[in-house]
Amino acid sequence: MTGPTQDAKTVSAGAVAYSPREMMAIAAGRFVKDGDVLFAGTGVAMLAAAVAKRIHAPHAHIFFETGGIGPPLDELPMAVADPRVMAYGSLNAGLVEAFSYVANRRLHTIAFLGAAQIDRYGNLNSTVIGDYLAPKVRFSGSGGACDAGSLASGYIVFMQHGVEKFVEKLDYLTTPGWLEGGDSRRRAGFRRGGPIAVVTDLCVLKFHEETHEMYLAERYEGVTPEQVQQHTGFPLDVSRSSVAAPPTGEELRILRDDVDPQRLILGG
Amino acid sequence: MLAGAFVVNGPGALDEGDVMPQHDMLDGKLMTVDEAVERFVHDGGQVCVGGFTINRNPMAVVYGIARRRVKDLHLVAHSNGQALDVLVGTGCVRRLDIAYGGNGRFASTCFRFRKAVERGEVQIEDYTNNQMSLRFLAGALNVPFIPSKSGLGTDVVERSGLPPEARGDGVPREKVVVLGDPFDDGDDQVVLLPALTPDVSIIHAQQVGTGGTVRIKGLTFADLEQCKAATAVIVSCEEIVPEEYLRIDPDQNALPPFLVDAVVPVPYGAHPTACRYFYDYDPVHLNHYKAVARDDEQFAAWLDEWVYGIESWDHYLDKVGGARLARIRANTVDGYAPGLDRR
Repeated sequence: MTGPTQDAKTVSAGAVAYSPREMMAIAAGRFVKDGDVLFAGTGVAMLAAAVAKRIHAPHAHIFFETGGIGPPLDELPMAVADPRVMAYGSLNAGLVEAFSYVANRRLHTIAFLGAAQIDRYGNLNSTVIGDYLAPKVRFSGSGGACDAGSLASGYIVFMQHGVEKFVEKLDYLTTPGWLEGGDSRRRAGFRRGGPIAVVTDLCVLKFHEETHEMYLAERYEGVTPEQVQQHTGFPLDVSRSSVAAPPTGEELRILRDDVDPQRLILGG
Repeated sequence: MLAGAFVVNGPGALDEGDVMPQHDMLDGKLMTVDEAVERFVHDGGQVCVGGFTINRNPMAVVYGIARRRVKDLHLVAHSNGQALDVLVGTGCVRRLDIAYGGNGRFASTCFRFRKAVERGEVQIEDYTNNQMSLRFLAGALNVPFIPSKSGLGTDVVERSGLPPEARGDGVPREKVVVLGDPFDDGDDQVVLLPALTPDVSIIHAQQVGTGGTVRIKGLTFADLEQCKAATAVIVSCEEIVPEEYLRIDPDQNALPPFLVDAVVPVPYGAHPTACRYFYDYDPVHLNHYKAVARDDEQFAAWLDEWVYGIESWDHYLDKVGGARLARIRANTVDGYAPGLDRR
């Protein structure tokens, strides 16, 4: 076993076995600082936010584009409109109000997003594969993803790593990342925001400070830089990567027993 | 209609012959699903549905629209899930302005929506959740357009899904317009979005008062902007309650009586989506839908069974089954069904 790839169910970390999706949720959760204001989408994003809140960021505020502000997530919501995001929060509002928190100039808001395709500048596609006017595959569309990419202070992306997802050119640019790199995001009219990191089932990627090109920052144990490049559809700087700490037994216990006991998002 | 009483019958209401107390203050606004659809939802009309993915979709009215086989609707919404998929899947929709067609874990992309777009059976104009909410807000404020920072530099702004000949006749000349800040000499830019004023907005609420005041519990999504932007408003609801009760605490209320044109009492009217304090979403029903909606023939059979073959709302609820409705019943404190098996 060389690492947590898509075809592998689990990887063994000493005595503790864990799945790639569990590692993703925990790796992403580590980006959350206590007191952060988090905008969470559906899926692994929900796990990462819930895990962080239970482990090292109890004072993080989680909110949803639907208008649910600050729910404790005692039961895992499985969509941003789940009635579980409406229980025991600070307040319940609507979309216009939620986006006034995402965009709020006083707040440092970090969004968690998923997508079907990503390019080297962290731009995302969640709309179509193929020609936009005659698509081979139609996806859900932006929802609030483009808004988070446009308005938030930054965003973190979840992706399965693969050449069909990490592409040279997106079939449709749904969510604005660093656009064409350099200062192009600012020239387009944005005053803040942009992708901070990409968390995959193999590694964590970040963006170069000046060019805003993606590079390999951390790979999970058992994953080689060559493997990451093989699964990426554009050339990647893998020269400065280190190995990410594997999940601890306590992190896994909280994720499995407290956050997602029905394995609604963890699966398997 | 009987003097002093209101006879509710036909699909989407109580059994034929059931007599409900007349609420004078509702001024003839109390009606069945079929009456509301007949009066306010017309072929080629622009229709807006409330709720969000798996929550408070106005399903009983949506099934009524499908049964009436309304055609060529222009559906406008932000992130609708089940209502969108049923309306598209029953062929009622010709054009969509939406941000999202998904249903959380039950459908990362709504199945009939996906097929209809891939087959070119519907025209779609993609916007974002913030953009769609603002378009409704603009309609409510009666301004022709509204600025936003969402979508600069993206294909949401650059690309239209409509052929040029579709423009005009109620469709704005441009999808969006990017404009420099006219108040400042800097290089700041905004996206101008055209207002929406739907012919009818349809929402599902927990309570409507006998005087027509509407109370929504939990997140309101963009339901309020949608209703204020529309020419007509249909509100289906779990309960009709004394108006005096809602007026003890006006802070809790969502819409005033004078914006509401039709009040349709339908218990479990958002099923299989959730309605806070009344019921959770129905995982069994949504998983069954997920299993059949991928396949044309199985979906057609599902429609015959669950939409076209439904004789009354009692019939629908009996088909779902009392035990299931009890399992998804919301805890009155938490507002959902704690511990519900959602796999």
